[in-house]
Amino acid sequence: MKEVRLHGRGGQGTGKASEIIVYAAVQENMYATAVPYFGFERSGAPVSAFVRIDDDVIWPKTQVYNPDCVVVLDPTVRRAVPLFEGVKDGACLVINCDEQLVAELDLPEEIADVGWVDATKISLDELGRNVPNTTMLGAFARVAGWLGWEQLARRSADIFGEPNYTAVKRGYEEVQILNHRIRR
Amino acid sequence: MTVNVEVVTGNEAAALAVKMSRPDVIAAYPITPQSSLVEHLGQHVADGQLDATMSEVESEHSAMSILQGASLSGGRTFTATSSQGLALMYEPYFRTSTLRLPIVMAIVNREMISPQTVWGGPQDSLSLRDSGWIQIYVENNQEIFDTIIQAFRVAEDQDVLLPVNVCYDGFYLSHLTEPIEVPPASAVDGYLTPYKGEHIRLDPDDVMSVDPLTPGHMLMEYRRRHLEAQTRALDVIETADTEYQKITGRSWGGLTYGYRLEDARAVLVTLGSMTGAARVAVDRARAEGRAVGLLKIRSLRPFPKQRVREQLSGRDAFCVVDRNVSFGWDSGIVYREVLGAGIDGSIPSLNFIGGLGGEDITVSMFDYVVDELWAAANGGTTRDSCEWLCNPQRSGDR
Repeated sequence: MKEVRLHGRGGQGTGKASEIIVYAAVQENMYATAVPYFGFERSGAPVSAFVRIDDDVIWPKTQVYNPDCVVVLDPTVRRAVPLFEGVKDGACLVINCDEQLVAELDLPEEIADVGWVDATKISLDELGRNVPNTTMLGAFARVAGWLGWEQLARRSADIFGEPNYTAVKRGYEEVQILNHRIRR
Repeated sequence: MTVNVEVVTGNEAAALAVKMSRPDVIAAYPITPQSSLVEHLGQHVADGQLDATMSEVESEHSAMSILQGASLSGGRTFTATSSQGLALMYEPYFRTSTLRLPIVMAIVNREMISPQTVWGGPQDSLSLRDSGWIQIYVENNQEIFDTIIQAFRVAEDQDVLLPVNVCYDGFYLSHLTEPIEVPPASAVDGYLTPYKGEHIRLDPDDVMSVDPLTPGHMLMEYRRRHLEAQTRALDVIETADTEYQKITGRSWGGLTYGYRLEDARAVLVTLGSMTGAARVAVDRARAEGRAVGLLKIRSLRPFPKQRVREQLSGRDAFCVVDRNVSFGWDSGIVYREVLGAGIDGSIPSLNFIGGLGGEDITVSMFDYVVDELWAAANGGTTRDSCEWLCNPQRSGDR
């Protein structure tokens, strides 16, 4: 079973991104669940979502504490929540940021691969709005390697409009992957 | 039979089940975490997928009052609420069961304030367990879907004629996305026959005095029959499950659901969405050679006292994990309910409270619970007070 924890802020589509992952996994004949954690609707407040993907039925309806992958839609959220808490050894990080910020991240040893992409810029280019969730889905598909990007792109376009297809595709194509362990 | 797989949230699953049950009237007031259920129902009506009158009301009190009129006119009806909305609804809520109106209502369980909270916990519906309604608690989106369809059949059964709550945890289920299997409309249509409300009705051509001032000796007769209907519902809930299994292949066990129970020396009792994590802990215990089983209570009202007594007697220990409190008992509500089934007092039992206000009840917490349960089964004794399950990373001093 693969476990994913997504971090973002209210309004960035963190919960919806987690739902799209489940949909895509089911289309690829896997089982998946996602549950978000948020309060009253508050733009900008930290939001988390917890995804599980497996070949069999997933029974626990709990949060994810030991993720195989952490997806960060907004790098500023790291000041409010412990992004790397409980990450599994060999986990990957997929983060919306630029090259300068990725160098400043204080990564724990457990993180093996880091994928970074300027999803804010791509979403502004493609959607005219700073809603990075669909771009980050493409980056997630590439870095984690568990799902194809096409299902994620198709579903994103069906929910949010056609330009999101390109946003997912660009996220997939433009994400830069660093092997954190080799770099160290 | 063509079965569709849909990827839905718990609230979407509930709305889909309501749509397929073809109610005549829906009245609801949105409240977190139930809101998206009402939104999806409104969408089904707007899209022409559901031929129901959808009444936008100014409060939960009005929602239930409108449904009383609709049900008295012979309509199939549905509503949903949570926590403070349910509290505001309390006056017509109680009257719905004592009028014997087979209204189906989802309760998307949310913790009661204070302090202010919007997150999950079944304190809202459990606190109203003695209001005459049938209450069924479920653990995942498929069970939400299946149980709402079954609820109409149970409520409208001429041996029951009582309102039914389908209760599911806010956020952990209402906002959980997972795939469910949806049977064809024809199968559900065959399962649910049209409602015939002849016991109490508003009909200008056949006038009946509804709810007149009633002296005590007659009121007692009403109450006695209400209790008898609750008892008859025990069989009807079981039949509704077995008949549903014939059309879908799925059974949730009716009154209770047992997991690895047959040869279990120690039994873990759960309610609602916590059950999935408990299954994992039971599997781990089994892998280590410890004979632990799980009993999920589905029907809290009527309480299946005979079934629970049979399933817990002869064990070496049992424990109940409660996501709620029973003020004044220093325990959870479900633990008191289970003890009330009349289980042999020499069997050691434990009670745990966790997961209030949206806190998680994790697999590691259940691992701990199973360790304590197993110790109790091997020479332990009943404890006089409950133990609190707290997240060590968050709880600090307590």
